[in-house]
Amino acid sequence: MTLEQITFIILALIGLTSALMLIIQKNPVYSVLLLILHFFALAGFYLLLNAQFIAVLQILVYAGAIMVLFVFVIMLLNLSNEEALKDPFNLRKIIASIFGVVLILQFGVFFFIKAKDDLNVTISPNSIEAGSIKKISEVLFSTYLIPFEVTSFILLVGIIAAIVLAKRKFE
Amino acid sequence: MIPLKYYLILSAAFFSIGIIGVLTRRNAIIIFMCIELMLNAVNLTLVSFSSFFGDSSGQIFVFFVMAVAAAEAAVGLAIIIALFRNKLTINVDEVNIFKW
Repeated sequence: MTLEQITFIILALIGLTSALMLIIQKNPVYSVLLLILHFFALAGFYLLLNAQFIAVLQILVYAGAIMVLFVFVIMLLNLSNEEALKDPFNLRKIIASIFGVVLILQFGVFFFIKAKDDLNVTISPNSIEAGSIKKISEVLFSTYLIPFEVTSFILLVGIIAAIVLAKRKFE
Repeated sequence: MIPLKYYLILSAAFFSIGIIGVLTRRNAIIIFMCIELMLNAVNLTLVSFSSFFGDSSGQIFVFFVMAVAAAEAAVGLAIIIALFRNKLTINVDEVNIFKW
């Protein structure tokens, strides 16, 4: 086994375990910490795929900014001892699990029966250049300039909406 | 060399875990985190296709997905705070004011 394969297996184990523990965990604080671990594993995958810029962005934006927001809200609401969040095992949960298993079976049929031999391509030699910040910024500020500007507008709308929604009502 | 297939299987697994989390959990914050999990699974797919075909466009889509996810997290958590202030719960089964 090469070093790349070993890294892939370790990262896949970390990612799958943290994602599974996230949905099993009762305490939301631990769930947030596991999600941060999951994001770090994903950043590792992006580095394996030669996408350095996206890997840095993943840690800065997701594990840094967005998860701080989650931790802040969980600490603010102080939900650890709330009686109403008890999650009984009932019919709804069984049906939801059946749907999840059906989804996994569909993915399995696709990957192991339908597309068995189609997806064995290996990584392109251009990937180092494609993941570099030089190439990304060139494409981002020429071909995708208008979507980039729209993104700034979406963020502005998000800021305004967050302030309006979370603000206390006027007397 | 790791074939593209393994990355796609892995991100399908992450996406399925996110779906199961959204369907089974009733805590609004956990549901939100599972949505982030699903967004990240799709991001992994986009980045792996982008690297395997040597084209930057997929990574730019990931950039846009991250921006939308940041806005979505800000708005969603503001909704959760407003909800908690009015109903003193974030259990989505008890929040049925739009249901009749």
